Amino acid sequence: MSDDQTDKTALKKTPLYDLHVELGARMVPFAGYDMPVQYPLGVMKEHLHTRAKAGLFDVSHMGQVVLRARDPDVAKTALERMVPVDVLGLGEGWQRYGFFTNEHGGIEDDLMIANRGDHLFVVVNAACKVADIAAMRAALEPEVTVKEITNRALIALQGPAAEAVLAEHYPAIAEMKFMDVETLPIAGAECWVSRSGYTGEDGFEISVPASAALDLARALLAHEDVEPIGLGARDSLRLEGGLCLYGHDIDAETTPVAAGLTWAMQKVRRAGGDREGGFPGAAEIFSDLAEGCAQKRVGLLPEGRAPMRDGTELFADAEGSAAIGKITSGSFGPTVGGPVAMGYVSTALAAEGTLLYGEVRGKRLPVRVAKLPFVKQGFKR
Amino acid sequence: MKFTEEHEWLDVDGDVVTIGITAHAAEQLGDVVFVELPEVDTEVTKDDEIVVIESVKAASDILAPIDGEIVEVNEAIVAEPGKVNDDPEGEAWFFKIKAADLSQMDDYMDEAEYKDFIG
Repeated sequence: MSDDQTDKTALKKTPLYDLHVELGARMVPFAGYDMPVQYPLGVMKEHLHTRAKAGLFDVSHMGQVVLRARDPDVAKTALERMVPVDVLGLGEGWQRYGFFTNEHGGIEDDLMIANRGDHLFVVVNAACKVADIAAMRAALEPEVTVKEITNRALIALQGPAAEAVLAEHYPAIAEMKFMDVETLPIAGAECWVSRSGYTGEDGFEISVPASAALDLARALLAHEDVEPIGLGARDSLRLEGGLCLYGHDIDAETTPVAAGLTWAMQKVRRAGGDREGGFPGAAEIFSDLAEGCAQKRVGLLPEGRAPMRDGTELFADAEGSAAIGKITSGSFGPTVGGPVAMGYVSTALAAEGTLLYGEVRGKRLPVRVAKLPFVKQGFKR
Repeated sequence: MKFTEEHEWLDVDGDVVTIGITAHAAEQLGDVVFVELPEVDTEVTKDDEIVVIESVKAASDILAPIDGEIVEVNEAIVAEPGKVNDDPEGEAWFFKIKAADLSQMDDYMDEAEYKDFIG
């Protein structure tokens, strides 16, 4: 229970830093930034509020990158060299989830790829952005210019009331569907908006000029249905939503097939597709697709009340035997009302309902393989 | 009332000491979602990890602040961990120890010292 002693002077601040402090946030170091982990409402209520109404998240620490070539198809084709995703077929005004792979078929980072007409706009994880941008420069330049956007904040508004809140500023926003992207004027600023998020709820992610970010955040927070939400609830929301956290549920050692992300690799890039392979680790990933993996990512519901955290070893039996897997994310799920987790288990033990044991403080406690996500998705398709 | 650097409060009544966590600790922890208490009649030694307390984000331990025997535990906070946030220095006490040596209490802070300690 010791207080955080980390030197905060080296940490970067987002354009909304002063607002977080003003709102009474507890600030913590995260991926090199001083970020709000929770506000006075607390993680539990912030989480429940987001599922009931709308939550505002500052995700400006994430990397925003524009990829541009003389011909947009050149940029799309080039990016396909780094991701097992159909980028060429991504129509203007649409966004798609993807991941950078490595030569072993592991995942270097996951990202969102948006086709904004004359350029691609990608959003990558904060902790990986320096490496991602270097890798994109190495793989794509000079035919594609790789430009990190450092003069924009990124704000997410998530939850069932998000549409109505934003519609007060721009009514036609209601016509956007899940994964649509558009440039819209909101609160007087040119916003790059996508209907997407990281909570399992309907919602929007808004790239806004840094100079206008504070006004936009204040305008949205002025609505009675909107509360500011910190990284604590962001994590419990995405976990209940069955969404992977890079560095925990997916990493350089996990392949997309083991991670259950096969859906994100369109057929055109798989074996037999028109543009099969051509990304790092294609042979390993195709082999996994054909033959399956030794382990699989699954949802896990501890049967008791004790949360099972990241790193908890999983066993097939209450005693003896070697570990058959490990939890990669685990917490208390406020909407579920009990502990929730996800992790990797032997494929033979990955069927829904399989009883396993997680070793918590030396005791093996029952945990059952469960369907992901743990909550119904609210996406507006 | 005495206070430890681990943010426990200790309330002495005869040779029985009631122990809980301070309001400051409860606030730092955030929403408590799970509490595991020791069993009654357990003999404990100072600094044994005898309680597990988990918030949404993280797990922490509570140490036995003195030697003795656990004579009572507060099952109400096991059933409703949120009580720890609602009333940490009252209803949400954790356990009672029959002290083996009350002089161990002398090392701990009084309320004014604890307030200085948490700044």
